[in-house]
Amino acid sequence: MSNRSFMQHQAILDLIQGMARITRRHLRDKCINRPAMIGIHTGGVWVAERLHQLLQIEPPLGKLDISFYRDDFTRIGMNPQVKPSQIPFAVEDQHIVLVDDVIQSGRTIRAAMNEIFDFGRPASITLVTLIERSGRELPIQPDIIGLEPPLADDEHIRLLGPDPLILQISGDPGNRGDA
Amino acid sequence: MSIEQLQTDEHGRLRHFLSIEGFRREQLLQILDTAESFAMLPGRQVKKVPLLRGKIITNLFFENSTRTRTTFELAAKLLSADVINFNIDVSATSKGETLLDTLRNIEAMHSDMFVVRHSASGAAHFIARHAAPGVSIINAGDGCHAHPTQAMLDMFTIRRYKGDFTPLRIAIVGDVQHSRVARSQIMALNILGVSEVRVIAPRTLLPADVRTLGVHVFHDLEQGLKDVDVVIMLRLQHERMDNALLPSAHEYFQLYGLTAERLEYAKPDAIVMHPGPINRGVEITSEVADGPQSVILQQVSYGIAIRMAVMSMALGNSSGEQGS
Repeated sequence: MSNRSFMQHQAILDLIQGMARITRRHLRDKCINRPAMIGIHTGGVWVAERLHQLLQIEPPLGKLDISFYRDDFTRIGMNPQVKPSQIPFAVEDQHIVLVDDVIQSGRTIRAAMNEIFDFGRPASITLVTLIERSGRELPIQPDIIGLEPPLADDEHIRLLGPDPLILQISGDPGNRGDA
Repeated sequence: MSIEQLQTDEHGRLRHFLSIEGFRREQLLQILDTAESFAMLPGRQVKKVPLLRGKIITNLFFENSTRTRTTFELAAKLLSADVINFNIDVSATSKGETLLDTLRNIEAMHSDMFVVRHSASGAAHFIARHAAPGVSIINAGDGCHAHPTQAMLDMFTIRRYKGDFTPLRIAIVGDVQHSRVARSQIMALNILGVSEVRVIAPRTLLPADVRTLGVHVFHDLEQGLKDVDVVIMLRLQHERMDNALLPSAHEYFQLYGLTAERLEYAKPDAIVMHPGPINRGVEITSEVADGPQSVILQQVSYGIAIRMAVMSMALGNSSGEQGS
């Protein structure tokens, strides 16, 4: 089955705008006044760059490459395009908004949280993802979700970008009814 | 088996790191890019990553080198591997054990990687050919042949200070004949596509076939340094004087020692490198070694990042092959 475009740039930006509103309310309810934000390479950084701007977050955006923390390293080897993780603020006692594009198994977020703790002990972590989909293998749930598209087990969704942003679905939609 | 086939798997991914020979430009750049991420770690609260947790790395040193062994050991520990140090010159071989027997013994201790230093050229290759599948070998210097991680840390240093390799003119000064570092550097610089590699040395310290390595040869230091971007000094080993290749350390310094005045022949922003340990007043003056153009201590720090990159890439790929 070929790649199908699921959502285009402008619609994705609108979605992120909505996520920013919900995130703002969520942080207010939790009395978090001065959060910092971290995006996960690569798609998570694209979403985080826009959220960071919309929420007018003061500390510069952190970027995380979780290649050194993956639990499948001994199976698939080193990511050939690993980028440096950069967190340009003190993590210790900081409230953090962690942003990724798609959450599926939850393993990426597990790895990201482990890496964040190696920079310091954060006060809290709020998880924001553009897409939530089925297939969780760890007890990790996002606090804020952009969209939850109905996908079959054999379908994959990817964020392409950064300009324009496109959500693309590949794989077989055959058993979508069961998902 | 060719050196390419020995060092990489069928997808061109690193398995062993024995020599710069046989690697393509993009493979060397990938090592440098991976090291770039490891070079960020010292700024964090926890300086290590869990990448090689549960792996055992053995430093197999048949030749003494506290400095190289320590940087490999630190690199392994920052990757969360467990490290065993074997200094063989004082243990097994003196009791008559062969290289292969030593290898088999340590393999039986379930080591996943051997970091090998040996005074005989080709020792690391020999071990790589006979190692069990899934075990990776890193060459930490073999005879006069190769010292590929040292060359890569030098490439990393050059890229950090100069960016693009292509316009660079680089001079390597000193005992090229006996230097495994120089051989690996020349190969790496040519693969990375610098504009010119020069070697500057007396005839007695140059291999007869030096021009076939793709270098321009100079016997006069000032002439050779003219307009270079990078000056790499090599260590002069004292036994060369005993072998009558040089009259004296003093005379060598007169002709080939790097002084501040001579450094002025290079570009004003040229950097000065040295693999260490330096002989002050023989290859280089203290004024230059401690001066603003010297990046000698940065080389040591970058050496840890490069070794982390090579070790994690090789071990990640080798365990993938086992399908564990």
